[in-house]
Amino acid sequence: MATAAAHRAGGTLTHGAADTIGATDTQQRAFDAAVAADERIEPRDWMPDGYRATLVRQIAQHAHSEIIGMQPEANWITRAPSLRRKAILMAKVQDEAGHGLYLYSAAETLGVSRQELLDKLHSGRQKYSSIFNYPTLTWADVGAIGWLVDGAAITNQVPLCRCSYGPYARAMVRICKEESFHQRQGYELLMTLSHGTPEQHAMAQDAVNRWWWPSLMMFGPPDDASQHSAQSMAWKIKRHSNDELRQRFVDICVPQAEALGLTLPDPDLKWNEERGHYDFGPIDWDEFWQVIKGNGPCNEQRLNQRRRAHEEGAWVREAAAAYAAKHGTRPASAPTDDLTAAVGGSTEGEQA
Amino acid sequence: MTATVPTTAALALGDDALVLSHRLAEWTGHAPVLEEEVALVNIALDLLGQARFLLSMVGDEDELAYLRQERAFTNLQLVEQPNGDFAHTIARQLYFSAYQHLLYGQLAEGDGPFAPLAGKAVHEVAYHRDHAEQWTLRLGDGTEVSHERMQRACEALWRYTGEMFQPVEGLDVDWAALEAAWLDTVGDVLRRATLTLPEGPRRGAWSAGAGRQGLHTEPFGRMLAEMQHLHRSHPGASW
Repeated sequence: MATAAAHRAGGTLTHGAADTIGATDTQQRAFDAAVAADERIEPRDWMPDGYRATLVRQIAQHAHSEIIGMQPEANWITRAPSLRRKAILMAKVQDEAGHGLYLYSAAETLGVSRQELLDKLHSGRQKYSSIFNYPTLTWADVGAIGWLVDGAAITNQVPLCRCSYGPYARAMVRICKEESFHQRQGYELLMTLSHGTPEQHAMAQDAVNRWWWPSLMMFGPPDDASQHSAQSMAWKIKRHSNDELRQRFVDICVPQAEALGLTLPDPDLKWNEERGHYDFGPIDWDEFWQVIKGNGPCNEQRLNQRRRAHEEGAWVREAAAAYAAKHGTRPASAPTDDLTAAVGGSTEGEQA
Repeated sequence: MTATVPTTAALALGDDALVLSHRLAEWTGHAPVLEEEVALVNIALDLLGQARFLLSMVGDEDELAYLRQERAFTNLQLVEQPNGDFAHTIARQLYFSAYQHLLYGQLAEGDGPFAPLAGKAVHEVAYHRDHAEQWTLRLGDGTEVSHERMQRACEALWRYTGEMFQPVEGLDVDWAALEAAWLDTVGDVLRRATLTLPEGPRRGAWSAGAGRQGLHTEPFGRMLAEMQHLHRSHPGASW
């Protein structure tokens, strides 16, 4: 998800003259013309260094978000209250791991390795979406994440299907299809709770109360505080501003909340006839920046779990590499044809 | 399907799949590589699908999964064993998937009530077995550390393997042939993985009756407490 975390991560990005060092005017002109004509930039095409760096940062942070985002939901797999819900949740978390894999592959087309990116995640040099630093405290949180968090992600990501970088755009087409499915399932979960027992209804309302504002923060800082937005929009990586997307999301959610029989925790939320949009209350940007800086409720826990899984798995990866060296096969950490087939594979020619 | 549902057998097979699925799902977010996040939960999902089908042959799947006490579950003790390290999980999977593959292969060839399920599931299980086999080879014949861990895991779980071949009422299976084929299969994989087939007993006083009779190991109760807690906290609710 392209949240403000992307814009704060990295820091090595340089704009302007440095981008064109070593590039001929012809290369730059060809790139500019391709972007202007809404053509796709492909891995072998020349591209400005700043464009490459921005994409690496954004795609990596997107991939990291999928991987870290497995944790808050996996927190409820072993406690899912019915076998049907358990199966749905497991399938969803499996999809997220798959999305992480597509996105790391897309990033790798830009000349970085998954290992490098994971190292940066583990050392805190690259970020993931701030939303995953909030805890899942009840079963209803699984529904709220599906409805609101996946809903915000889709609002952010659908325009990325037209992003100027081909591999990223194609990955997003595939990811958005699956995300839409997850979002409907989350909505349906909340609907069931909302119309269930009084305890279930209260559980659903409490979850929405806790996830509403953090979901609005997923669109990143307000436009006047968003550092990289203008350049990303000029490069057609980004198609709409943070505030535009946030407004679109609010407009979609209000009637959905009504249909659910749940309220949104914002006393200022009301229809503005003149604007043709819902007005909504102020976002707590202090909280947002605190979470981005690592001081959210679960930052420490999320990163520690990720690091621990990686460290505790080192001997397994080493074994696979040693076996591959002895037997001349690919290491097991490289996707095999069998595994691809087993997880549904790529049948639509959209893989990054 | 025959007129009477072979309840004992459906519960035994369904509980095996349900419990192992749960254990595998505990790996989510903790796997050594991303591909294994996908693979382990993929296997867990297959097993959960089998469990739902089998439990539904007997009654309401959720009632059976969430409202039975520990003593009423008839899964093998093998599948309830905690995940341990990755080698433990792989050894458990190798032992069980080799068994399930052979068992479902036999059931699929018959015309009993489990033939339709077994015919479909045997393909999933073939993948599970291959996955476990490939990792057994990599860990056994990888580094010194991985070899030692894999050997230890194979030995630690060996004692739970005899139970798989105790006849289950309602399953028309040649158990002796199944056991012989299983020993061949597992022995062959371990040999290729440069591992030694464990020599300890595979059934004994510790397993008297064992899981199929509702006698479980200590970690199982705690697993059920976690699995059933939410469902039991809201009696009669739908989800």
